[in-house]
Amino acid sequence: MDFLLEIIMTPAILACLKIAVIILLFAMPLGTLLTLMERKWSAMIQDRVGPNRANIGKFTGNGLLHIAADGLKSIFKEDTIPKGANGFLYLIAPFFGLIAAVAIFAIIPIAGPIGNFTFQVTDVNPGLLFIFAITSLNVYGAVLAGTSSNSKFALLGGTRASAQMISYEVFMGLALMGIFMVYGTTRVSGIVNGQNEYWFGNLVPMWGIFTQPLGFILFFTALVAETKRAPFDAPEGESEIVAGYFLEYSGMRWSAFMLAEYVSLVGVAALMTTLFFGGYHVPWLHLWENAPQWIVTILQILKFTFFTVVFCWFQIQLRWTVPKFRFDQTMGLGWKKLLPLSLVNIIVTALVILTLA
Amino acid sequence: MPKLNICKYSSGGIMELKVKRVERVDGVKEAIFLPAIFNGLRLTVKHFWRNLFGARDVVTINYPEEKRHVSPRWRGRHRLTRLQNGFLSCVACYMCETVCPSKCIHIEAGEHPDLSVEKYPVVFDIDELRCVFCGLCVEACPKDAIRMDTGVVSMAYTSRQTFDFTRDLLRDSYDPKLHSNPKYEDEDLPKPVKQSEALPNSQGIPAT
Ligand code: SF4
Ligand code: SF4
Repeated sequence: MDFLLEIIMTPAILACLKIAVIILLFAMPLGTLLTLMERKWSAMIQDRVGPNRANIGKFTGNGLLHIAADGLKSIFKEDTIPKGANGFLYLIAPFFGLIAAVAIFAIIPIAGPIGNFTFQVTDVNPGLLFIFAITSLNVYGAVLAGTSSNSKFALLGGTRASAQMISYEVFMGLALMGIFMVYGTTRVSGIVNGQNEYWFGNLVPMWGIFTQPLGFILFFTALVAETKRAPFDAPEGESEIVAGYFLEYSGMRWSAFMLAEYVSLVGVAALMTTLFFGGYHVPWLHLWENAPQWIVTILQILKFTFFTVVFCWFQIQLRWTVPKFRFDQTMGLGWKKLLPLSLVNIIVTALVILTLA
Repeated sequence: MPKLNICKYSSGGIMELKVKRVERVDGVKEAIFLPAIFNGLRLTVKHFWRNLFGARDVVTINYPEEKRHVSPRWRGRHRLTRLQNGFLSCVACYMCETVCPSKCIHIEAGEHPDLSVEKYPVVFDIDELRCVFCGLCVEACPKDAIRMDTGVVSMAYTSRQTFDFTRDLLRDSYDPKLHSNPKYEDEDLPKPVKQSEALPNSQGIPAT
Protein backbone atom coordinates (compact mmCIF):
# COMPACT_ATOMS: atom_id res chain seq x y z
CA MET A 1 0.00 0.00 0.00
CA ASP A 2 2.77 2.41 0.93
CA PHE A 3 4.59 1.40 -2.21
CA LEU A 4 1.53 2.19 -4.29
CA LEU A 5 1.10 5.55 -2.59
CA GLU A 6 4.71 6.35 -3.26
CA ILE A 7 4.27 5.68 -6.96
CA ILE A 8 1.16 7.82 -7.08
CA MET A 9 2.87 10.66 -5.25
CA THR A 10 5.72 10.92 -7.75
CA PRO A 11 5.31 14.30 -9.44
CA ALA A 12 4.86 12.99 -12.96
CA ILE A 13 2.14 10.51 -12.10
CA LEU A 14 0.47 12.99 -9.79
CA ALA A 15 0.39 15.55 -12.58
CA CYS A 16 -1.15 12.99 -14.93
CA LEU A 17 -3.79 12.17 -12.34
CA LYS A 18 -4.60 15.83 -11.84
CA ILE A 19 -4.82 16.36 -15.59
CA ALA A 20 -7.18 13.42 -15.86
CA VAL A 21 -9.35 14.63 -12.99
CA ILE A 22 -9.49 18.29 -13.97
CA ILE A 23 -10.00 17.69 -17.67
CA LEU A 24 -12.12 14.56 -17.64
CA LEU A 25 -14.23 15.45 -14.61
CA PHE A 26 -14.42 19.22 -14.90
CA ALA A 27 -13.61 20.79 -18.25
CA MET A 28 -14.88 18.19 -20.71
CA PRO A 29 -18.20 17.36 -18.99
CA LEU A 30 -18.96 21.02 -18.48
CA GLY A 31 -18.06 21.78 -22.10
CA THR A 32 -20.18 18.93 -23.39
CA LEU A 33 -23.07 19.95 -21.21
CA LEU A 34 -22.79 23.49 -22.51
CA THR A 35 -23.30 22.34 -26.11
CA LEU A 36 -26.78 21.37 -24.99
CA MET A 37 -27.25 24.17 -22.52
CA GLU A 38 -26.50 26.78 -25.14
CA ARG A 39 -29.47 25.47 -27.10
CA LYS A 40 -31.68 25.08 -24.05
CA TRP A 41 -30.87 28.46 -22.59
CA SER A 42 -31.19 30.27 -25.90
CA ALA A 43 -34.60 28.66 -26.20
CA MET A 44 -35.57 30.05 -22.80
CA ILE A 45 -34.34 33.49 -23.78
CA GLN A 46 -36.43 33.38 -26.94
CA ASP A 47 -39.55 31.83 -25.35
CA ARG A 48 -39.07 28.49 -27.05
CA VAL A 49 -38.80 24.97 -25.69
CA GLY A 50 -35.48 23.87 -27.13
CA PRO A 51 -34.40 20.34 -27.99
CA ASN A 52 -36.45 17.77 -26.12
CA ARG A 53 -37.12 14.94 -28.57
CA ALA A 54 -34.18 12.52 -28.29
CA ASN A 55 -35.42 9.64 -26.21
CA ILE A 56 -34.89 6.09 -25.05
CA GLY A 57 -38.37 4.71 -24.83
CA LYS A 58 -40.28 7.30 -22.85
CA PHE A 59 -37.22 8.81 -21.18
CA THR A 60 -35.99 12.09 -22.63
CA GLY A 61 -34.34 13.71 -19.63
CA ASN A 62 -35.75 17.03 -20.83
CA GLY A 63 -33.34 17.01 -23.78
CA LEU A 64 -30.32 15.62 -21.96
CA LEU A 65 -30.13 12.67 -24.34
CA HIS A 66 -29.42 15.02 -27.22
CA ILE A 67 -25.80 15.07 -26.10
CA ALA A 68 -25.56 11.32 -26.59
CA ALA A 69 -27.52 11.50 -29.83
CA ASP A 70 -25.23 14.21 -31.23
CA GLY A 71 -22.14 12.26 -30.23
CA LEU A 72 -23.41 9.06 -31.83
CA LYS A 73 -24.40 10.90 -34.97
CA SER A 74 -21.04 12.55 -35.47
CA ILE A 75 -19.16 9.31 -34.79
CA PHE A 76 -21.04 7.53 -37.54
CA LYS A 77 -20.92 10.36 -40.03
CA GLU A 78 -18.50 10.16 -42.91
CA ASP A 79 -15.27 12.06 -42.35
CA THR A 80 -15.00 13.85 -45.66
CA ILE A 81 -11.89 15.47 -47.06
CA PRO A 82 -12.66 17.97 -49.81
CA LYS A 83 -11.02 17.66 -53.21
CA GLY A 84 -7.76 19.60 -53.40
CA ALA A 85 -7.46 19.96 -49.63
CA ASN A 86 -4.12 19.63 -47.95
CA GLY A 87 -4.84 16.28 -46.35
CA PHE A 88 -2.43 16.31 -43.43
CA LEU A 89 -3.06 19.87 -42.26
CA TYR A 90 -6.75 19.40 -42.83
CA LEU A 91 -6.81 16.36 -40.59
CA ILE A 92 -4.82 17.79 -37.69
CA ALA A 93 -6.30 21.31 -37.66
CA PRO A 94 -9.28 20.57 -35.38
CA PHE A 95 -7.05 19.32 -32.61
CA PHE A 96 -4.99 22.50 -32.36
CA GLY A 97 -8.02 24.33 -31.10
CA LEU A 98 -8.99 21.51 -28.78
CA ILE A 99 -5.51 21.19 -27.29
CA ALA A 100 -5.24 24.94 -26.78
CA ALA A 101 -8.65 25.02 -25.14
CA VAL A 102 -7.83 22.19 -22.77
CA ALA A 103 -4.33 23.43 -21.93
CA ILE A 104 -5.71 26.54 -20.21
CA PHE A 105 -6.78 24.33 -17.32
CA ALA A 106 -3.17 23.36 -16.63
CA ILE A 107 -2.54 26.42 -14.49
CA ILE A 108 -5.96 27.00 -12.96
CA PRO A 109 -6.28 26.01 -9.30
CA ILE A 110 -9.71 24.72 -8.39
CA ALA A 111 -9.11 24.60 -4.62
CA GLY A 112 -6.55 25.66 -2.08
CA PRO A 113 -3.50 23.49 -1.37
CA ILE A 114 -3.61 20.87 1.39
CA GLY A 115 -0.08 20.62 2.72
CA ASN A 116 2.10 19.91 -0.27
CA PHE A 117 -0.74 18.78 -2.45
CA THR A 118 -2.15 21.45 -4.79
CA PHE A 119 -5.37 21.27 -6.76
CA GLN A 120 -3.58 22.65 -9.76
CA VAL A 121 -1.75 20.71 -12.44
CA THR A 122 1.26 22.97 -12.33
CA ASP A 123 2.01 26.39 -10.90
CA VAL A 124 4.47 27.57 -13.52
CA ASN A 125 6.51 30.67 -12.82
CA PRO A 126 5.51 32.62 -15.93
CA GLY A 127 1.93 31.96 -14.86
CA LEU A 128 -0.40 33.93 -17.03
CA LEU A 129 2.15 34.39 -19.78
CA PHE A 130 1.52 30.70 -20.36
CA ILE A 131 -2.11 31.58 -21.04
CA PHE A 132 -1.08 34.11 -23.66
CA ALA A 133 1.16 31.53 -25.33
CA ILE A 134 -1.61 28.96 -25.38
CA THR A 135 -4.28 31.27 -26.71
CA SER A 136 -1.92 32.22 -29.52
CA LEU A 137 -1.74 28.54 -30.41
CA ASN A 138 -5.50 28.69 -30.73
CA VAL A 139 -5.09 30.75 -33.89
CA TYR A 140 -3.41 27.85 -35.65
CA GLY A 141 -6.52 25.72 -35.48
CA ALA A 142 -8.57 28.32 -37.32
CA VAL A 143 -5.87 29.32 -39.78
CA LEU A 144 -4.85 25.78 -40.71
CA ALA A 145 -8.46 24.71 -41.10
CA GLY A 146 -9.15 27.74 -43.25
CA THR A 147 -6.18 27.45 -45.54
CA SER A 148 -6.10 23.69 -45.91
CA SER A 149 -9.70 22.97 -46.82
CA ASN A 150 -9.57 24.46 -50.33
CA SER A 151 -12.71 26.51 -49.94
CA LYS A 152 -13.06 30.24 -50.40
CA PHE A 153 -15.41 30.68 -47.48
CA ALA A 154 -13.13 28.71 -45.19
CA LEU A 155 -10.16 30.75 -46.33
CA LEU A 156 -12.01 33.99 -45.62
CA GLY A 157 -12.99 32.68 -42.21
CA GLY A 158 -9.42 31.65 -41.49
CA THR A 159 -7.97 35.03 -42.43
CA ARG A 160 -10.63 36.82 -40.43
CA ALA A 161 -9.92 34.59 -37.44
CA SER A 162 -6.19 35.18 -37.61
CA ALA A 163 -6.56 38.95 -37.99
CA GLN A 164 -9.06 39.18 -35.17
CA MET A 165 -7.23 36.94 -32.74
CA ILE A 166 -3.85 38.52 -33.31
CA SER A 167 -5.19 42.03 -32.80
CA TYR A 168 -7.13 41.15 -29.70
CA GLU A 169 -4.17 39.31 -28.23
CA VAL A 170 -2.26 42.59 -28.13
CA PHE A 171 -4.43 44.29 -25.60
CA MET A 172 -5.43 41.05 -23.88
CA GLY A 173 -1.90 41.10 -22.48
CA LEU A 174 -2.02 44.82 -21.78
CA ALA A 175 -5.38 44.50 -20.01
CA LEU A 176 -3.83 42.07 -17.54
CA MET A 177 -0.85 44.31 -16.76
CA GLY A 178 -2.99 46.04 -14.15
CA ILE A 179 -3.59 42.72 -12.38
CA PHE A 180 0.12 41.94 -12.44
CA MET A 181 0.88 45.34 -10.93
CA VAL A 182 -1.77 45.15 -8.22
CA TYR A 183 -0.83 41.68 -7.02
CA GLY A 184 2.83 41.97 -7.87
CA THR A 185 3.22 38.61 -9.58
CA THR A 186 2.38 36.65 -12.70
CA ARG A 187 2.04 33.39 -10.79
CA VAL A 188 -1.54 32.25 -10.66
CA SER A 189 -1.29 31.11 -7.04
CA GLY A 190 0.12 34.51 -6.09
CA ILE A 191 -2.71 36.34 -7.80
CA VAL A 192 -5.32 34.11 -6.21
CA ASN A 193 -3.82 34.53 -2.74
CA GLY A 194 -3.57 38.26 -3.29
CA GLN A 195 -7.32 38.34 -3.76
CA ASN A 196 -7.81 36.86 -0.30
CA GLU A 197 -6.88 40.20 1.33
CA TYR A 198 -9.58 42.57 2.49
CA TRP A 199 -10.26 46.27 2.40
CA PHE A 200 -11.86 48.27 5.23
CA GLY A 201 -11.32 45.64 7.91
CA ASN A 202 -13.13 42.58 6.66
CA LEU A 203 -15.66 44.34 4.49
CA VAL A 204 -14.66 44.06 0.84
CA PRO A 205 -12.47 41.27 -0.53
CA MET A 206 -9.70 42.53 -2.80
CA TRP A 207 -11.04 40.72 -5.82
CA GLY A 208 -9.74 41.62 -9.22
CA ILE A 209 -13.09 43.01 -10.25
CA PHE A 210 -12.86 45.62 -7.48
CA THR A 211 -9.20 46.47 -7.96
CA GLN A 212 -9.31 46.40 -11.76
CA PRO A 213 -12.87 47.07 -12.99
CA LEU A 214 -11.73 48.44 -16.34
CA GLY A 215 -9.19 45.67 -16.71
CA PHE A 216 -11.99 43.20 -16.10
CA ILE A 217 -14.11 44.56 -18.93
CA LEU A 218 -11.16 44.79 -21.30
CA PHE A 219 -9.86 41.32 -20.54
CA PHE A 220 -13.30 39.77 -20.77
CA THR A 221 -13.90 41.44 -24.13
CA ALA A 222 -10.55 40.23 -25.38
CA LEU A 223 -11.27 36.68 -24.25
CA VAL A 224 -14.70 36.66 -25.87
CA ALA A 225 -13.10 37.82 -29.10
CA GLU A 226 -10.40 35.20 -28.63
CA THR A 227 -12.98 32.41 -28.40
CA LYS A 228 -14.65 33.80 -31.54
CA ARG A 229 -18.07 33.94 -29.96
CA ALA A 230 -20.74 36.55 -30.55
CA PRO A 231 -20.54 39.54 -30.75
CA PHE A 232 -17.12 38.80 -32.24
CA ASP A 233 -18.11 35.84 -34.40
CA ALA A 234 -17.18 37.37 -37.74
CA PRO A 235 -14.76 34.46 -38.43
CA GLU A 236 -17.73 32.10 -38.34
CA GLY A 237 -20.13 34.68 -39.71
CA GLU A 238 -22.92 32.33 -40.72
CA SER A 239 -24.78 35.10 -42.49
CA GLU A 240 -21.91 35.88 -44.87
CA ILE A 241 -19.40 33.04 -45.07
CA VAL A 242 -21.60 30.08 -44.10
CA ALA A 243 -19.62 28.67 -41.19
CA GLY A 244 -16.20 30.20 -41.72
CA TYR A 245 -13.05 28.23 -41.27
CA PHE A 246 -14.62 24.88 -40.34
CA LEU A 247 -17.13 24.93 -43.15
CA GLU A 248 -15.80 21.82 -44.90
CA TYR A 249 -15.53 19.62 -41.85
CA SER A 250 -17.92 16.84 -40.99
CA GLY A 251 -18.36 14.17 -38.39
CA MET A 252 -16.04 13.89 -35.45
CA ARG A 253 -13.64 16.59 -36.66
CA TRP A 254 -16.45 19.08 -36.81
CA SER A 255 -17.42 18.00 -33.30
CA ALA A 256 -13.84 18.64 -32.23
CA PHE A 257 -14.22 22.26 -33.33
CA MET A 258 -17.50 22.53 -31.48
CA LEU A 259 -16.09 20.92 -28.36
CA ALA A 260 -13.05 23.21 -28.54
CA GLU A 261 -15.35 26.20 -28.64
CA TYR A 262 -17.27 25.11 -25.58
CA VAL A 263 -14.24 23.93 -23.63
CA SER A 264 -12.59 27.28 -24.24
CA LEU A 265 -15.84 28.85 -23.05
CA VAL A 266 -15.39 26.97 -19.78
CA GLY A 267 -11.72 27.94 -19.82
CA VAL A 268 -12.59 31.61 -20.16
CA ALA A 269 -15.07 31.29 -17.32
CA ALA A 270 -12.50 29.56 -15.10
CA LEU A 271 -9.91 32.18 -15.96
CA MET A 272 -12.25 35.04 -15.15
CA THR A 273 -13.12 33.40 -11.84
CA THR A 274 -9.48 32.89 -11.01
CA LEU A 275 -8.27 36.35 -11.93
CA PHE A 276 -11.19 38.59 -11.04
CA PHE A 277 -13.46 36.78 -8.58
CA GLY A 278 -11.06 35.53 -5.96
CA GLY A 279 -10.31 32.18 -7.57
CA TYR A 280 -11.14 29.37 -5.19
CA HIS A 281 -11.10 31.60 -2.09
CA VAL A 282 -14.49 31.70 -0.41
CA PRO A 283 -14.87 35.27 0.85
CA TRP A 284 -15.01 35.83 4.60
CA LEU A 285 -14.24 32.17 5.27
CA HIS A 286 -11.26 33.15 7.39
CA LEU A 287 -13.70 34.49 9.98
CA TRP A 288 -14.62 30.89 10.74
CA GLU A 289 -11.62 29.88 12.79
CA ASN A 290 -10.60 26.23 13.04
CA ALA A 291 -12.76 25.25 10.09
CA PRO A 292 -12.01 21.61 9.21
CA GLN A 293 -9.77 21.36 6.16
CA TRP A 294 -12.09 19.09 4.18
CA ILE A 295 -15.05 21.42 4.58
CA VAL A 296 -12.94 24.34 3.42
CA THR A 297 -11.76 22.40 0.37
CA ILE A 298 -15.27 21.35 -0.56
CA LEU A 299 -16.54 24.90 -0.14
CA GLN A 300 -13.70 26.15 -2.29
CA ILE A 301 -14.44 23.67 -5.08
CA LEU A 302 -18.13 24.56 -4.90
CA LYS A 303 -17.41 28.27 -5.01
CA PHE A 304 -15.07 27.88 -7.97
CA THR A 305 -17.53 25.70 -9.87
CA PHE A 306 -20.40 28.05 -9.13
CA PHE A 307 -18.61 31.11 -10.45
CA THR A 308 -17.39 29.19 -13.48
CA VAL A 309 -20.89 28.05 -14.35
CA VAL A 310 -22.25 31.55 -13.83
CA PHE A 311 -19.64 32.92 -16.20
CA CYS A 312 -20.42 30.25 -18.80
CA TRP A 313 -24.05 31.26 -18.51
CA PHE A 314 -23.14 34.91 -18.83
CA GLN A 315 -21.20 34.33 -22.05
CA ILE A 316 -24.10 32.42 -23.54
CA GLN A 317 -26.52 35.10 -22.42
CA LEU A 318 -24.29 37.69 -24.04
CA ARG A 319 -24.22 35.78 -27.28
CA TRP A 320 -28.01 35.71 -27.50
CA THR A 321 -28.31 39.37 -26.59
CA VAL A 322 -25.78 41.26 -28.64
CA PRO A 323 -25.81 41.49 -32.43
CA LYS A 324 -22.69 40.67 -34.37
CA PHE A 325 -20.02 43.25 -35.05
CA ARG A 326 -19.15 43.85 -38.67
CA PHE A 327 -15.56 42.84 -39.26
CA ASP A 328 -14.23 46.38 -39.67
CA GLN A 329 -16.09 47.34 -36.49
CA THR A 330 -14.41 44.47 -34.68
CA MET A 331 -11.03 45.74 -35.78
CA GLY A 332 -11.89 49.38 -35.06
CA LEU A 333 -13.10 48.50 -31.60
CA GLY A 334 -9.95 46.56 -30.85
CA TRP A 335 -7.33 48.96 -32.16
CA LYS A 336 -8.97 52.35 -31.74
CA LYS A 337 -10.84 51.95 -28.49
CA LEU A 338 -9.74 49.00 -26.41
CA LEU A 339 -6.01 49.28 -27.01
CA PRO A 340 -5.78 52.96 -25.89
CA LEU A 341 -8.11 52.16 -22.99
CA SER A 342 -5.88 49.37 -21.78
CA LEU A 343 -2.86 51.68 -21.96
CA VAL A 344 -4.77 54.27 -19.92
CA ASN A 345 -5.68 51.53 -17.47
CA ILE A 346 -2.02 50.65 -17.01
CA ILE A 347 -1.01 54.27 -16.41
CA VAL A 348 -3.85 54.95 -13.97
CA THR A 349 -3.12 51.75 -12.07
CA ALA A 350 0.55 52.61 -11.86
CA LEU A 351 -0.20 56.13 -10.61
CA VAL A 352 -2.62 54.85 -7.97
CA ILE A 353 -0.16 52.24 -6.77
CA LEU A 354 2.61 54.87 -6.59
CA THR A 355 0.44 57.27 -4.62
CA LEU A 356 -0.68 54.64 -2.16
CA ALA A 357 2.79 53.20 -1.68
CA MET B 1 -31.49 65.95 -45.09
CA PRO B 2 -35.02 66.87 -43.96
CA LYS B 3 -35.64 66.55 -40.25
CA LEU B 4 -38.80 64.53 -40.85
CA ASN B 5 -39.23 61.32 -39.04
CA ILE B 6 -41.89 60.00 -41.34
CA CYS B 7 -41.78 61.11 -44.98
CA LYS B 8 -45.29 61.44 -46.32
CA TYR B 9 -45.98 62.54 -49.88
CA SER B 10 -43.44 65.02 -51.13
CA SER B 11 -44.69 68.33 -52.51
CA GLY B 12 -43.43 67.65 -56.00
CA GLY B 13 -46.23 65.17 -56.50
CA ILE B 14 -43.90 62.22 -56.84
CA MET B 15 -45.06 59.54 -54.49
CA GLU B 16 -42.40 58.43 -52.08
CA LEU B 17 -42.50 55.29 -50.04
CA LYS B 18 -43.51 55.76 -46.44
CA VAL B 19 -40.20 55.23 -44.71
CA LYS B 20 -39.47 55.67 -41.05
CA ARG B 21 -36.15 57.40 -40.75
CA VAL B 22 -34.39 56.73 -37.50
CA GLU B 23 -31.85 59.40 -36.71
CA ARG B 24 -28.46 57.98 -36.03
CA VAL B 25 -27.16 59.02 -32.61
CA ASP B 26 -23.42 59.26 -32.18
CA GLY B 27 -22.86 60.00 -28.52
CA VAL B 28 -20.59 58.76 -25.80
CA LYS B 29 -23.28 56.37 -24.63
CA GLU B 30 -23.38 54.72 -28.05
CA ALA B 31 -19.64 54.73 -28.47
CA ILE B 32 -18.90 52.67 -25.38
CA PHE B 33 -21.63 50.09 -26.09
CA LEU B 34 -22.01 49.08 -22.45
CA PRO B 35 -25.32 50.84 -21.66
CA ALA B 36 -26.91 49.31 -24.74
CA ILE B 37 -25.53 45.89 -23.87
CA PHE B 38 -26.88 46.14 -20.33
CA ASN B 39 -30.28 47.19 -21.63
CA GLY B 40 -30.33 44.20 -23.91
CA LEU B 41 -29.17 41.90 -21.15
CA ARG B 42 -31.93 43.14 -18.89
CA LEU B 43 -34.51 42.02 -21.43
CA THR B 44 -32.99 38.65 -22.25
CA VAL B 45 -32.23 37.82 -18.63
CA LYS B 46 -35.82 38.62 -17.72
CA HIS B 47 -37.10 36.12 -20.28
CA PHE B 48 -34.46 33.60 -19.24
CA TRP B 49 -35.43 33.71 -15.57
CA ARG B 50 -39.14 33.63 -16.25
CA ASN B 51 -38.74 30.54 -18.41
CA LEU B 52 -36.14 28.83 -16.24
CA PHE B 53 -38.77 28.15 -13.61
CA GLY B 54 -41.82 26.79 -15.30
CA ALA B 55 -41.62 27.93 -18.93
CA ARG B 56 -44.09 30.71 -18.31
CA ASP B 57 -43.63 32.66 -21.54
CA VAL B 58 -43.09 29.75 -23.89
CA VAL B 59 -45.42 29.91 -26.87
CA THR B 60 -44.43 26.64 -28.54
CA ILE B 61 -47.09 24.02 -29.22
CA ASN B 62 -45.53 20.57 -28.84
CA TYR B 63 -47.12 19.40 -32.04
CA PRO B 64 -47.83 15.70 -32.04
CA GLU B 65 -48.83 15.75 -28.37
CA GLU B 66 -50.60 19.11 -28.36
CA LYS B 67 -52.62 20.30 -31.29
CA ARG B 68 -53.54 23.80 -32.25
CA HIS B 69 -57.22 24.42 -31.73
CA VAL B 70 -58.93 24.66 -35.11
CA SER B 71 -62.34 26.15 -35.66
CA PRO B 72 -65.14 23.63 -36.17
CA ARG B 73 -65.70 25.23 -39.58
CA TRP B 74 -62.18 24.35 -40.68
CA ARG B 75 -62.31 22.41 -43.92
CA GLY B 76 -60.57 19.14 -43.20
CA ARG B 77 -60.83 15.69 -44.71
CA HIS B 78 -64.22 14.80 -46.12
CA ARG B 79 -66.69 12.42 -44.64
CA LEU B 80 -69.92 10.95 -45.90
CA THR B 81 -72.75 11.33 -43.45
CA ARG B 82 -75.29 8.68 -42.68
CA LEU B 83 -78.97 8.59 -42.07
CA GLN B 84 -80.31 7.43 -38.75
CA ASN B 85 -80.75 3.92 -40.06
CA GLY B 86 -77.12 3.68 -41.06
CA PHE B 87 -77.55 4.31 -44.78
CA LEU B 88 -75.31 6.77 -46.55
CA SER B 89 -77.20 10.01 -47.04
CA CYS B 90 -75.68 10.34 -50.50
CA VAL B 91 -78.09 9.75 -53.37
CA ALA B 92 -75.40 9.73 -56.08
CA CYS B 93 -76.69 12.86 -57.74
CA TYR B 94 -73.26 13.85 -59.09
CA MET B 95 -73.65 17.45 -57.90
CA CYS B 96 -70.39 17.41 -56.03
CA GLU B 97 -68.51 15.66 -58.81
CA THR B 98 -69.76 18.28 -61.24
CA VAL B 99 -68.88 21.28 -59.15
CA CYS B 100 -65.48 20.05 -58.02
CA PRO B 101 -62.90 22.38 -59.58
CA SER B 102 -60.09 19.87 -59.39
CA LYS B 103 -62.14 16.94 -60.64
CA CYS B 104 -61.05 14.71 -57.83
CA ILE B 105 -64.41 13.11 -56.98
CA HIS B 106 -65.39 9.97 -58.83
CA ILE B 107 -68.87 8.54 -58.32
CA GLU B 108 -70.61 5.53 -59.83
CA ALA B 109 -74.25 5.19 -59.03
CA GLY B 110 -76.06 1.97 -58.33
CA GLU B 111 -79.59 0.92 -57.59
CA HIS B 112 -80.27 0.89 -53.92
CA PRO B 113 -81.75 -2.27 -52.41
CA ASP B 114 -84.19 -0.06 -50.54
CA LEU B 115 -86.70 1.08 -53.13
CA SER B 116 -87.40 4.30 -51.30
CA VAL B 117 -83.88 5.55 -51.87
CA GLU B 118 -83.53 4.97 -55.64
CA LYS B 119 -79.76 5.42 -56.02
CA TYR B 120 -76.68 5.08 -53.92
CA PRO B 121 -72.98 5.47 -54.71
CA VAL B 122 -71.39 2.12 -55.49
CA VAL B 123 -68.12 3.92 -55.96
CA PHE B 124 -67.34 7.22 -54.25
CA ASP B 125 -63.66 8.09 -54.49
CA ILE B 126 -61.96 11.30 -53.49
CA ASP B 127 -58.33 11.77 -54.41
CA GLU B 128 -57.28 13.97 -51.49
CA LEU B 129 -53.96 14.73 -53.15
CA ARG B 130 -55.75 16.65 -55.89
CA CYS B 131 -58.38 18.21 -53.65
CA VAL B 132 -57.85 21.90 -53.00
CA PHE B 133 -60.17 21.92 -49.97
CA CYS B 134 -62.39 24.58 -51.45
CA GLY B 135 -65.52 23.15 -49.85
CA LEU B 136 -67.64 23.53 -52.98
CA CYS B 137 -68.70 19.91 -52.83
CA VAL B 138 -70.14 20.48 -49.37
CA GLU B 139 -72.09 23.49 -50.55
CA ALA B 140 -73.36 21.73 -53.66
CA CYS B 141 -74.75 18.70 -51.91
CA PRO B 142 -78.55 18.76 -51.66
CA LYS B 143 -78.58 16.03 -49.03
CA ASP B 144 -75.95 17.26 -46.61
CA ALA B 145 -74.30 13.98 -47.44
CA ILE B 146 -70.75 15.18 -47.67
CA ARG B 147 -69.06 17.28 -45.01
CA MET B 148 -65.54 18.39 -44.24
CA ASP B 149 -65.85 18.52 -40.46
CA THR B 150 -63.69 15.54 -39.48
CA GLY B 151 -61.10 17.81 -37.87
CA VAL B 152 -58.35 15.98 -39.75
CA VAL B 153 -56.34 18.99 -40.82
CA SER B 154 -53.00 17.41 -41.51
CA MET B 155 -52.79 14.42 -43.76
CA ALA B 156 -49.28 13.08 -43.99
CA TYR B 157 -49.06 9.52 -45.17
CA THR B 158 -46.21 7.64 -46.71
CA SER B 159 -47.83 6.35 -49.89
CA ARG B 160 -49.90 7.99 -52.60
CA GLN B 161 -52.36 5.17 -52.47
CA THR B 162 -53.30 6.14 -48.94
CA PHE B 163 -54.66 9.42 -50.22
CA ASP B 164 -57.25 7.71 -52.42
CA PHE B 165 -60.17 7.76 -50.07
CA THR B 166 -62.82 5.29 -51.05
CA ARG B 167 -66.43 5.32 -50.05
CA ASP B 168 -66.16 3.18 -46.98
CA LEU B 169 -63.09 4.97 -45.76
CA LEU B 170 -64.90 8.25 -46.11
CA ARG B 171 -67.90 6.84 -44.36
CA ASP B 172 -66.12 5.27 -41.43
CA SER B 173 -63.67 6.86 -39.14
CA TYR B 174 -60.46 6.15 -40.92
CA ASP B 175 -57.09 5.21 -39.52
CA PRO B 176 -54.42 4.73 -42.19
CA LYS B 177 -52.48 2.47 -39.86
CA LEU B 178 -55.38 0.02 -39.81
CA HIS B 179 -56.28 0.40 -43.48
CA SER B 180 -52.95 0.17 -45.20
CA ASN B 181 -54.48 -1.19 -48.39
CA PRO B 182 -57.90 0.33 -48.79
CA LYS B 183 -60.23 -1.43 -51.17
CA TYR B 184 -63.94 -1.96 -51.60
CA GLU B 185 -65.71 -4.60 -49.68
CA ASP B 186 -69.33 -4.57 -50.64
CA GLU B 187 -70.31 -6.54 -47.59
CA ASP B 188 -69.72 -3.31 -45.78
CA LEU B 189 -72.67 -1.77 -47.50
CA PRO B 190 -75.50 -0.95 -45.10
CA LYS B 191 -77.82 -3.90 -45.01
CA PRO B 192 -81.31 -3.14 -46.35
CA VAL B 193 -83.76 -2.67 -43.54
CA LYS B 194 -87.17 -4.23 -43.54
CA GLN B 195 -89.57 -2.57 -45.94
CA SER B 196 -91.78 -1.39 -43.09
CA GLU B 197 -88.88 0.41 -41.43
CA ALA B 198 -87.63 2.11 -44.56
CA LEU B 199 -87.79 5.86 -44.61
CA PRO B 200 -90.05 7.70 -47.04
CA ASN B 201 -88.37 8.75 -50.26
CA SER B 202 -87.61 12.28 -51.29
CA GLN B 203 -91.20 12.94 -52.40
CA GLY B 204 -92.47 11.74 -49.05
CA ILE B 205 -93.91 8.55 -50.54
CA PRO B 206 -93.36 5.75 -48.08
CA ALA B 207 -91.78 2.60 -49.43
CA THR B 208 -94.18 -0.26 -49.59
S1 SF4 C 1 -63.28 20.45 -51.46
FE1 SF4 C 1 -63.35 21.29 -53.55
S2 SF4 C 1 -61.64 20.27 -54.59
FE2 SF4 C 1 -62.04 19.09 -52.73
S3 SF4 C 1 -63.46 17.49 -53.39
FE3 SF4 C 1 -64.71 19.20 -52.64
S4 SF4 C 1 -65.15 20.40 -54.45
FE4 SF4 C 1 -63.45 19.04 -54.99
S1 SF4 D 1 -73.79 16.07 -54.00
FE1 SF4 D 1 -74.16 14.94 -52.11
S2 SF4 D 1 -75.79 13.54 -52.63
FE2 SF4 D 1 -74.95 14.27 -54.57
S3 SF4 D 1 -73.42 12.77 -55.13
FE3 SF4 D 1 -72.33 14.34 -53.97
S4 SF4 D 1 -72.40 13.65 -51.88
FE4 SF4 D 1 -73.86 12.43 -52.96
